[in-house]
Amino acid sequence: MSILAGKKVVIIGDRDGIPGLAIEACAKTAGAEVVFSSTECFV
Amino acid sequence: MKAVIKGAGYILVHVPDMVLRNGTTQTTERIVNPDSEYLKELPKHLRSFEEVCSYWPNQVYIGNKTPDDLAALEADKVRGWADLKCDVTDRYGKFGQIMPQQQFLLLMQACDVFDLLKLDAGFVDKYKAEFAENPLITEDITARIPETQTEIAEIERLVKEEHSEGLYMNDVLVGCIKRAHDIDVNLSAHVMHENIVSKASSVLSILAAVKSTGIDKNEVEYIIDCCEEACGDMNQRGGGNFAKAAAEIAGLDNASGSDTRGFCAGPAHAIVEAAALVASGTYKTVMVTAGGCTAKLGMNAKNHVEKDLPALEDCLGGFAVVLTADNGIDPVINLNMVGRHTVGTGAAPQNVIGSLVAAPLEKNGLKITDIDKYSPEMQNPDITKPAGAGDVPLANYKMIAALAVKNGELQRADLATFPAKHGLVGWAPTQGHIPSGVPYIGFAKDDILAGKIKNAMIIGKGSLFLGRMTNLFDGVSFVIEANDGNNQAEGGVSEAEVKGLIAKAMKDFAAALMEQAE
Repeated sequence: MSILAGKKVVIIGDRDGIPGLAIEACAKTAGAEVVFSSTECFV
Repeated sequence: MKAVIKGAGYILVHVPDMVLRNGTTQTTERIVNPDSEYLKELPKHLRSFEEVCSYWPNQVYIGNKTPDDLAALEADKVRGWADLKCDVTDRYGKFGQIMPQQQFLLLMQACDVFDLLKLDAGFVDKYKAEFAENPLITEDITARIPETQTEIAEIERLVKEEHSEGLYMNDVLVGCIKRAHDIDVNLSAHVMHENIVSKASSVLSILAAVKSTGIDKNEVEYIIDCCEEACGDMNQRGGGNFAKAAAEIAGLDNASGSDTRGFCAGPAHAIVEAAALVASGTYKTVMVTAGGCTAKLGMNAKNHVEKDLPALEDCLGGFAVVLTADNGIDPVINLNMVGRHTVGTGAAPQNVIGSLVAAPLEKNGLKITDIDKYSPEMQNPDITKPAGAGDVPLANYKMIAALAVKNGELQRADLATFPAKHGLVGWAPTQGHIPSGVPYIGFAKDDILAGKIKNAMIIGKGSLFLGRMTNLFDGVSFVIEANDGNNQAEGGVSEAEVKGLIAKAMKDFAAALMEQAE
């Protein structure tokens, strides 16, 4: 059982790391409910 | 015809008062938490102009030191290069200069053509002479400073009663920028301040590039601005043409121009466009320019203050690159090797690097290891690491190396040495578009001409999602390579040579006629 299954998830991705959309796709596969997802730029 | 890199100019402007008053981290904090400890502490972390000039990454940016010099330094694990004093502290370098705030305020006034920027008469009297002595500042520009300036009482009134944006020197009000319209938010004092700063730092970059390349200003036929600001009014918010506005002040009388935007990827897009314009024969000499960004000043300063570091984001950045028709000597931009992040590429890091790095090389039968140096996002890690964003150039090199291993072009054992061999340490300020690949162009030209490297790939990336129009990422790359000297003009002969050939043919014809007559 995935640790994310059934959990609500807030995702903040990094432009120069892993973008929000990619994390979102993984989290959904693991059964999470994505309540917020964005990618931010810190540079 | 091919386009070559004639050279580049790079400038920094030390603006500590704008860090406090115009950086969005600080303006936001002032709204949500006006009595915060951070706002009280920040002024203590601002550097002096001398400290800024003795900071290693800044000396690399203006060309007095090289990226190799920087890489050879032993950086502190926590404080990086922050405490190391560079042995060169000259404010002038081979690529440009570090301008102090007092001179920049005068340059801003010279760039204001709508009488919006008011300066205190005493301030102008004090600093006008040193401004005029700056080697990049022409008499034309100095002559744009009005003879009659404003009394400080009137400036105070404009700030208090007329929504003007204050201009400060050592935390003392010395001027202001008035709003350019009573209602239009696109012409507010805040926006006009941001745009005049961008324009003025672009002008300085243009002048630096003219000086470093030795071109005649009138040679420039087209100029592309690729900063991240927007100028316009309520009917066309991003109407634009920072390019021509800056070219006018810089004295590029023969240039037309336009703006290209793409967040941090803007410069790489603009240089590909400029190279294509030259290669097509549309223009012989094209300049790409960008000024700096007030909003990003002190962007990560909360983390710097928290870790007792100097507020390192205290400088505006600017650059300008000159591209000309092939002269048989200078390094060439290979337009057959352009990396494109397309709409369908996606945001996964592997796809991004694949489209920008592997795909254009593969198309040309090259491997990732065939490129001697990669210049992706060249942010100074002193700034980003304390803020938790890591070493951005290094992260890019690790991703490129990983893709090379995946493609069977690099041994897994060589992963660790790839960044040092094919990469660079970052030295550019976090001014968005400024560190995005382009800081290496000046050095790349020198390194290729010196035979140190044969080619370099410049990679620009852009965070399009910040504009809330699309979730797409963006990126573009291009390769600069040594000039083989065989292609000065398509078809093998230049205009001068054609004239010579015709003259010789006519002379021969005349001689033949004479012979017949005899």
